[in-house]
Amino acid sequence: MKWFAQMYSRFAARSRIKSPWLLHFDCGSCNGCDIELLACLTPVYDVERFGIINVGNPMHADILIVTGTVNPRNAKVLQNLYDQMPEPRIVVAVGSCGLSGGIFRDAYNVLGGVDRVIPVDVYVPGCPAKPEAIIDGVVRALEKKKARVPTESGGAKA
Amino acid sequence: MKSTVIPIGPQHPVLPEPVHLKLTVVDEVITDVVPSLGFVHRGLEMLVDSRDYHQVVQIVERVCGICSMMHAMCYCQGIEEMMGIEAPPRAKYLRVIWSELHRMHSHLLWLGLFADSFGFESLFMQFWRIREKVLDIHEATTGNRVIVSVNKIGGVGKDLDDDQIEWILSELKNIKREVRRLGPTLLDDYTVKKRTVGRGVLTSQQAIDLGTVGPTLRASGVARDMRQLGYAALGELDFEPVIEEAGDSWARCKVRFKEVLASIDMIRQAAGKIPAGDIAVRVKGAPPEGEAISRVEQPRGEVFYYIKSKGQKKLERLRIRTPTFANLPALLSILPGLYLSDVPVVVLSIDPCISCTER
Repeated sequence: MKWFAQMYSRFAARSRIKSPWLLHFDCGSCNGCDIELLACLTPVYDVERFGIINVGNPMHADILIVTGTVNPRNAKVLQNLYDQMPEPRIVVAVGSCGLSGGIFRDAYNVLGGVDRVIPVDVYVPGCPAKPEAIIDGVVRALEKKKARVPTESGGAKA
Repeated sequence: MKSTVIPIGPQHPVLPEPVHLKLTVVDEVITDVVPSLGFVHRGLEMLVDSRDYHQVVQIVERVCGICSMMHAMCYCQGIEEMMGIEAPPRAKYLRVIWSELHRMHSHLLWLGLFADSFGFESLFMQFWRIREKVLDIHEATTGNRVIVSVNKIGGVGKDLDDDQIEWILSELKNIKREVRRLGPTLLDDYTVKKRTVGRGVLTSQQAIDLGTVGPTLRASGVARDMRQLGYAALGELDFEPVIEEAGDSWARCKVRFKEVLASIDMIRQAAGKIPAGDIAVRVKGAPPEGEAISRVEQPRGEVFYYIKSKGQKKLERLRIRTPTFANLPALLSILPGLYLSDVPVVVLSIDPCISCTER
């Protein structure tokens, strides 16, 4: 049975870094970044040809894309979504607000960037971030993910 | 029969934005709806305390990314009225051109999302493909795709030269042809009609009583559009509000579809009449003590700004009432009695913009 376990882990490692499924959470954004993220999925940018699909269930997702600032109310929702995602998970923060709070950082109901609540792996700047930038962010996220996928020997690479 | 409570949101595949609806259902029929908001509240109105009144333009643009241009236009018109200055005629025409482009991109976005809400994914993709052409015009003329940032107090910050206007008109010709080609698929299709006709009916009396605005009101047969006020250069252009009588989801869809074509027509008219001259006047000093209100027709309906100044560079109070806030009571009154499967279609039919509502 050892050969089967090896083959399976090689297959799983390969599949985990191809065709990532995204979970998008709007965390107090002005919709600018959200519609740019949706625009990535539509014919002009069409990331579905790489097997990237936007899903609604955190348990199916590989990459969590968060747009907008964090406030006390949605921080709990964000943490909950992150906890439900299977390892190895990657978080991409999109837009100036997701990075630091952006133009809203002084507002009373804003805690700041997404990294105040959950660890962020890739930061995509822009107000709003362009679809090209978001796609680039996802590609970089995949590189990070590749390093975290367990190899045949069992431990994570590097 | 026993009733069940079904929570929807804040994270849900059919909702583009975080809003929580607590639906009480008996069998498949909805009996009660309780919304809970506050997931995207940032507290923008308080930021006027710490910013200069010129800097507030950038803040109000980010009330909502989809209709940012109209928010800034509404705020600038309010401040201009307060300070007794008037934008030059060319700036007013440019404001009309960009605001109608914004309406087109917002309506095309909505038509796509609406098609997606009843599972017509290929139509969603087609509308978003056309919408990219409008965004290309935004990017070529202003430098940004969504938040165009052209307004400033006293006029606009960017100009269009003759070549650009000619190019915009030729692009609009293509967009019009493509939108028209999709019309029968959206409006005459048997399956689409099955999902939309007669769902979420709002009579004209109900629409007025509940204080709805925008396409939701006009789909119930009330010809009320803030563009009739003739703000910016709209007073010099031919304009007729688009109305439908039925008041159901299908009528709301048809109103928005026709408004895309009407916006193309208005940009054509504005481009034909645009005068030469300055695009902005110099603005000095602070707004005098007092208050002003300003109203603009957004893609979703009337947006209302109340501005209060204490005679300093920093404003005392800014209050924004957005169209979705006015349309939510109507949504809550039409949902009971519908089937659970109609909820995404009817919720989307009022074009909710939660980020506007909560700011």
